[in-house]
Amino acid sequence: MKRILSFIVVVLITTGVMIGTSPGLLNSLKLGLDLKGGFEILYEAQPLEAGQSVTSQSLIQTAQSLERRINALGTTEPEVTTEGTNRIRVRLAGVSNEAEVRSMLKKPAELTFRSATAADAKKPGQYSKIELRGNDFVENGAVVGYDQLNQPEISIKVKDKAKFAEITKRLLNKELAIFLDQELLSAPTVRGELTDGSASITGSYTRDEANKLADTINLGALPLKLTEKYSQSVGATLGQLSLDQTIRAGLIGSIIILVFMIAMFRVPGLVASFCLIVHTWVVLAIFYLGGFVLTLPGIAAFVLGIGMAVDANIITYERIKEEIKSGKTIRSSVIAGSKASFRTVMDANVTTIIAAAVMFGLGTGSVRGFALVLIVDIVTSILTNIFFSRFLLNLLVKADVVKKAKYFGVKESDISAL
Amino acid sequence: MRFNWNLKYIKMSKWFYTFSIIITLLGILSLSIFGLNYGVDFRSGSNVDVNLTKVVTQEQIQTLLNKQEIGKEVDYTQGKERFGIRFSQVLTDQQVNNFKTSFNKELDPKASFEVNTVDTEMAQELERNALWAILLASVAIAIYISIRFEWRFAVAAIVSLLHDAFLVISIFSIFRLEVDLTFITAILTIVGFSINDTVVIFDRIRENLRFAKKKSRDDLEQVVDHSIAQTMTRSLATVFTVFIASLCLFIFGGESIRMFSLAMVIGLLFGAYSSIFIASPLWVALKGKQKSPTAGGGAAKTAKS
Repeated sequence: MKRILSFIVVVLITTGVMIGTSPGLLNSLKLGLDLKGGFEILYEAQPLEAGQSVTSQSLIQTAQSLERRINALGTTEPEVTTEGTNRIRVRLAGVSNEAEVRSMLKKPAELTFRSATAADAKKPGQYSKIELRGNDFVENGAVVGYDQLNQPEISIKVKDKAKFAEITKRLLNKELAIFLDQELLSAPTVRGELTDGSASITGSYTRDEANKLADTINLGALPLKLTEKYSQSVGATLGQLSLDQTIRAGLIGSIIILVFMIAMFRVPGLVASFCLIVHTWVVLAIFYLGGFVLTLPGIAAFVLGIGMAVDANIITYERIKEEIKSGKTIRSSVIAGSKASFRTVMDANVTTIIAAAVMFGLGTGSVRGFALVLIVDIVTSILTNIFFSRFLLNLLVKADVVKKAKYFGVKESDISAL
Repeated sequence: MRFNWNLKYIKMSKWFYTFSIIITLLGILSLSIFGLNYGVDFRSGSNVDVNLTKVVTQEQIQTLLNKQEIGKEVDYTQGKERFGIRFSQVLTDQQVNNFKTSFNKELDPKASFEVNTVDTEMAQELERNALWAILLASVAIAIYISIRFEWRFAVAAIVSLLHDAFLVISIFSIFRLEVDLTFITAILTIVGFSINDTVVIFDRIRENLRFAKKKSRDDLEQVVDHSIAQTMTRSLATVFTVFIASLCLFIFGGESIRMFSLAMVIGLLFGAYSSIFIASPLWVALKGKQKSPTAGGGAAKTAKS
C-alpha cells in the first residue's frame, strides 16, 4: 500500500510541476532566427593594413564594436560571437529594419587622419599621407561639446600620446584632414603641439553634423576589415510557419510513439510514456535554464530524441519480457531485465554521444545547435527513461499491482516452465 | 510479436553483401558521373525561398528577375505555397532588397522570404569539415568499441557505419536530391544511430558467447543467428519509433528540414539493415579466421566489465 501511494504521489507531483511550469517555460524559451525571423551573417576579418595579423584581442574588439553599432540602431538582443581565429558571427532575431542594419554593419567605415605630402601641395585639397587610423583613437572617445563661441566642437582622444604629439608638432600650422573612407569630412588646421593625447575638431558645424561626425569617429574605430562569408535571412511569417509545422510534426510523431509503446508493453509502456513526457519537459527546462536558443534543426533533434529516448525503454522491457518468458517471477524478471539491459543501453548511448560531440566540436551554427540538443537529449533520457522509469516500475512491481505477465505484453502461453 | 525470428542470417548474408555491393557500386558510379546536387550551403550563390499567399507562376517570377537583370542561371523548385529560387551568383543586399520589394509590390504583397548566401570558399570549408566530422566520429567510436568489446567488433561496426553513410550519400546522388548543411547533420546522426543499433546486437552476441560452445564456425554462426533473433523485436520496435519521428518530420515538418528528415528516414532503414546483415556476418567472418579454437575468448574477457 505504501508503495502504490508513493507511486501516485510521485506521478501527481511531477505532473503538477509540469503543468504548472510549462506555459511559462514555453513562453520564455529563446527562439532562433529561423523560427522568429531575422538574419545571420558570418564575417571574415582581415587586418586593415597588409602584413598585419588578426589578433584575438582585435577580433574581440571588432565584435564589441559591431555590437555597439547594432545597439545604436535600437535593435533588440543582438548576438555577436567570435568564431575560430578570424570570424565573427552576427545573429539578429526579429529585425524589421534589416537593410539598414546590414549596410551599417557591412560598411565598416575606415576613418583616417591625413596630411598633405610635398607632391600633394601642387593640388589643393589632396592629402595622401595617412597619419592616424580609426584604431588609433580611443573607442567611444569622441564627444561633442561647445567652444567659447558656443559653436559645436568634437573632442577626440588618441591612444598613443607621443605619436600624436609628434604629428601635431610636425604639422604645426598645416592641415590635418579627416577622411571617412575616401571622403574628406573636414580639414582643420593644427594650432599647436598637442601633448595630452586629446584634440578638438572645430569648424562651422551644426549640432547635428557634429553629432554625426562624432558617431562616425566612434564607429570608425573598427580594428579590422570585414567581409561577408555567409548570410541567412528569414522572414517573420516564414519562421512562424516553420515553428508551427515542426511542432505539429513532433506532436503527431510523439502521440504515435506513445500509443505504440502502450500497445506493445502495456503497463511498463504506460510508465515509459509518462517518462517520455517528463523527458520532454526536462529538456525544455534545461534549454530555459541554460539560456540556449532553440532553432529549427534543434527541434528536429528534439523530435528524433523522443524516438531515441524510448529505445532505452524498449531494450529494457524487451529484456524483462524475455526474463518473464523464461519462467521467472515478475519481480525478479524486472530486476534481472533492468540489470542486464543497462550496459547495452549505456554502450548504445555513449556511441551516439560521441557522434554528437564530434558534430558539436567541428560544426558551426545550426550543426552545433543540433548537436547540443542531441547531447542534452541523450543525457536527459538516461536520467528519465532509464533511472526514473525503473524507479516508477519498481514501485509498481513491489506494490504487487502488476502481478500478471500480460501486463507486460507477454502471453501466458509463451512462458516456459523453469 | 509472435514471429519466429530464428533464421539463418549468416548463411543468407552473401545475398545482402551482394545487394550492398551493387548499391555501393551504383553510388560510386553516380557520384563520379553526376556528383551531388549541392544546395546553396555547398555551392556559392544565393538561395531565395518565398512563402506565397497566392498563386504565382514561374514565368511571372522569371519576368520579374529578368527586369532586374538577375534572371540568368536560375533554378526553381516549387512546393505547396512555396517557391525556391536558386541563383548561381551571389546576390548583393541591394539586389535582394529590390527583389523583395518588387515581388511584394507586383506579385504577392504578403509573401515572406528566406534568403541564404554562401561564399565559395566557405562552402568548400563546410564540406571539408563534414568529411572530417564523419571520419573523426568513426575513429572515436571505433576506439570506444575496441575498449568495450574487441577490435573485430569495432572493425565490423565501422564498416557497417561507413556503409550506411555512403549509401545515403549514394541515394541522394542517384535521385539528385539536394544536399545542404542539414544533410551533413543527418548523416552524422545516422552514424550515431546506426552504431547504436549495431552495439545492441553485438552486446547480445558478446553475452551469448560466454555460455556458448565455440568449437567451429557453425557454432559461431549459430550464436550470432540466435543473438540477432533475440534482439529482433527490439530492433524493429526502435527502428519503428525513430522512423515514425523522422517520417512525421518529413511529412509535416517545415520545408527547410525536409531533406534532413528524408536522409534520416533512408539512413535509419539502412542502419537497421546493416547492423543485422552486414555488421554481424562481417564479425563472424573476422572471428572465424581466428587461429585458436577458443574463439570468443577475447570477447569473454572484456565482457566482465
